[in-house]
Amino acid sequence: MSLNANIPSGPLAEKWDKHKFDLKLVNPANKRRFSMIVVGSGLAGASAAATLAELGYGVKCFCFQDSPRRAHSIAAQGGINAAKNYPNDGDSIQRLFYDTIKGGDFRSREANVYRLAQISNQIIDQCAAQGVPFAREYGGLLENRSFGGALVSRTFYARGQTGQQLLLGAYQALERQIGLKTVQMFPRTEMLDLVMVDGQTRGIVTRNLLTGRVESHAADAVVLATGGYGNAFYLSTNAIGCNATAIFRAYKKGAFFANPCYTQIHPTCIPVSGDHQSKLTLMSESLRNDGRVWVPKRKGDPRSPDQIPEADRDYYLERKYPTYGNLAPRDIASRAAKQVCDEGRGVGPGGRGVYLDFTEAIERLGKSGVCERYGNLFDMYQRITGEDPYQFPMRIYPAMHYTMGGLWVDYNLMSNLPGLYVIGEANFSDHGANRLGASALMQGLADGYFILPYTLSDALARAGQTKITTDHPEFKKAEKDVQNRLQKFLSIKGKRTVKSFHRELGTLLWENCGMSRNAAGLRKALARIPEIRAEFWRNVNVLGEKEELNQTLEKAGRVADFLEFGELLVQDALHRSESCGGHFREESQTDEGEAKRDDANFSYVAAWEHAGDGKPAVLHKEPLTFDAVQLAARSYK
Amino acid sequence: MNLILKVWRQKNGQVKGRFETFEAKEVSPEMSFLEMIDLLNETLTQQGIEPIAFDSDCREGICGMCSFVLNGVPHGAQYQPGSAVCQLPMRHFKDGDVLTLEPWRAKAFPVVKDLVCDRSAFDRVIAAGGFVSVNTGGCPDANAIPVRKQDAERAMDAAQCIGCGACVAACKNASAMLFVAAKVSHLATLPQGQIEARERVLNMVGQMDAEGFGNCTNMYECQAVCPKEISVDFIAQMNREYLKAAR
Ligand SMILES: Cc1cc2nc3c(=O)[nH]c(=O)nc-3n(C[C@H](O)[C@H](O)[C@H](O)COP(=O)(O)OP(=O)(O)OC[C@H]3O[C@@H](n4cnc5c(N)ncnc54)[C@H](O)[C@@H]3O)c2cc1C
Ligand code: FES
Repeated sequence: MSLNANIPSGPLAEKWDKHKFDLKLVNPANKRRFSMIVVGSGLAGASAAATLAELGYGVKCFCFQDSPRRAHSIAAQGGINAAKNYPNDGDSIQRLFYDTIKGGDFRSREANVYRLAQISNQIIDQCAAQGVPFAREYGGLLENRSFGGALVSRTFYARGQTGQQLLLGAYQALERQIGLKTVQMFPRTEMLDLVMVDGQTRGIVTRNLLTGRVESHAADAVVLATGGYGNAFYLSTNAIGCNATAIFRAYKKGAFFANPCYTQIHPTCIPVSGDHQSKLTLMSESLRNDGRVWVPKRKGDPRSPDQIPEADRDYYLERKYPTYGNLAPRDIASRAAKQVCDEGRGVGPGGRGVYLDFTEAIERLGKSGVCERYGNLFDMYQRITGEDPYQFPMRIYPAMHYTMGGLWVDYNLMSNLPGLYVIGEANFSDHGANRLGASALMQGLADGYFILPYTLSDALARAGQTKITTDHPEFKKAEKDVQNRLQKFLSIKGKRTVKSFHRELGTLLWENCGMSRNAAGLRKALARIPEIRAEFWRNVNVLGEKEELNQTLEKAGRVADFLEFGELLVQDALHRSESCGGHFREESQTDEGEAKRDDANFSYVAAWEHAGDGKPAVLHKEPLTFDAVQLAARSYK
Repeated sequence: MNLILKVWRQKNGQVKGRFETFEAKEVSPEMSFLEMIDLLNETLTQQGIEPIAFDSDCREGICGMCSFVLNGVPHGAQYQPGSAVCQLPMRHFKDGDVLTLEPWRAKAFPVVKDLVCDRSAFDRVIAAGGFVSVNTGGCPDANAIPVRKQDAERAMDAAQCIGCGACVAACKNASAMLFVAAKVSHLATLPQGQIEARERVLNMVGQMDAEGFGNCTNMYECQAVCPKEISVDFIAQMNREYLKAAR
């Protein structure tokens, strides 16, 4: 099967406009006859559901939290990029496009990334109009800051709570439609299967998390906006509920999974303190605008940081990457931190940490200046570690953060299954092998507000509609499968908790498929995962009942999916024997120990097809071509 | 350290609940409060006892999902003001402490199970008017409408409400004034929110009453427990907006 990305012809800068003109429109009076399902109410899902409803479609929207306002998007701290060039420092659509392509290590699609850069400006206008309280200058205009991987200030922000404010904007737009009864919202409802009828995506099966009721919903199209799968690694910066279930169930129904091994490690997180931990906390990357990263020059230097003189400190990012310095992109900064810690120069308990030092910034801006910029982050750090970051430098270490892989989609954000669309972090599309800071919020909102509503309308206008109800045998069959699976979890009554399996899988993935990987480690993980999975299905203990709120039962389903998905992730990592972006393959490095890409053999998107349980997934390749940019070694020196 | 936990257990909204006592063992000071319950739940599962149900998602004090009363105070704010219970480290407790855990208690927030309750009333208050009515697309350039820095900051102070419901749980009248005031004030402080300011405050306050929340009698308990330390000044601002609109 060949993968057609459906990229419009013509010059890069004109593709999207041309495509929009070529897209078919649905007659306004007909819109209300089409129904859509949007699974997920984060930035991508809420913006899409609200916009589709504004256009006149009937929308059902689902999330597993008690309110759409709580989606994981709410946790994004740092900011959102746009090519507005308000600071007049040389930014442009072309430059945002180029930085993103380069940041992704030339493993994303040119046409998608260019469109993202074009749309970025509209997002800021949209959000400001909704009343998102972006940071302002004294003159009343918007303020910007810079983020890793960029030399211009193009990041818009709302204190350290940008994701929260953007999500509240989208959530309010969504609630407005809910109030108008154009969107039917299903909170505390989890999608557990996808339903295909005659090769078309026609609906989903869900479980009401309060009553346990398994139900079907039919529609003319299904949109998955279910976020990333970083929690496969157990410890990550993601919210506890983040999972792969929706996209993995779709994968099992035939949707291709693209680049599952492309995961992002974030350099500035609070280090792990013990094995009781349920998640890791991110300290926004924006801190690297003013904080300087260092470790002692000498191995095992026992002195407290304020006793270590300048001459004995190694500001390794500034030393190794003089142009970008502390603002080196995430993968580079993460790997550099790991290296100095591997050399035995790490700080804090266990030696897995580096300093992020604000002494100089406090001298320059005063404590109040630093507080104004980063106050809530400093408070958060103090709360968690019990140390005062105004007095002592913060300690940070890389952690699992974001997933660039996801379901394969074409330029229209449609998967290879007709009628199934995937947006936001759940798709694979725009970030390549590494995502630059402040780009995920941009992508989620671009997809939801400005791309999907156009491309989805086109498909509906072309396909027309055949009426289908949830009485169709395919729905009944899927419901039965879901029921059986739930019953199975409850009937095992083994000895181990769901969590213990999750932790075991996560540790295995982090150790063998984390910041750096090699074939031997990956093979080891591939051998081990089926064993853990087999034990899970034999020995897991899920108490409680099916027809009530049962949080263990919810988790069991998610972990069961991670246990299969983890294998796909490792399989993808094993086949891609080049280093690229956040994915460092030890066999493929330069003499200086930098990641070495292999364009001759790996310039493609790896899209995996489910071949049946117990059989290895089948690889399909979407070749990547670069016309507007020159493939170049990615240097931040 | 070891702790004694008295936890509200309630199978669902239809049956009566009661306190049950558990011992949380080998709790380390670095754990967060929720990680301590996670650990206890692991032990309970091993013993065949159904784990304690409680809500959480971000576990960094921003999603507003976590919600229970600890020793009589929402989020355990007496131990660490200005934080949600998910951010409360066990450092604040000592060996042998006895802790009582209860769900939010308010008519408008019915208990669902154990420490979990239904806060969808808040969503309905937002749906009644807590937005600026702009459709996607066709918005003016973001810099076309300048906003005074002071106004943007004040709007942000209000906008950071996480909608957790602690204000309601702390109030003897189960009033939602702080929550509603935060949203009304956020939008009323910005030029973008002016056009609909009148309808917004009337509709939101109307919905708040319809949901069965009580009235504000200026006890300031809400502000004292708010994980974002949202000021009661916003309630005054909401009252002014309401009077202006109702005239
Ligand atoms: C700590 C942190 C900080 C970040 N900071 C930034 C930043 O500063 N800038 C930036 O650009 N990006 C940042 N990111 C990344 C960014 O926040 C996410 O990539 C983005 O918000 C994802 O949005 P989304 O809409 O795709 O998914 P999410 O916000 O994760 O939403 C997923 C939705 O799907 C629902 N869902 C999932 N599965 C199911 C199911 N089976 N059934 C029903 N519903 C389901 C959930 O309930 C939820 O509503 C950060 C990420 C983290 C972890
Ligand atoms: S779990 Fe998100 S605020 Fe506590």
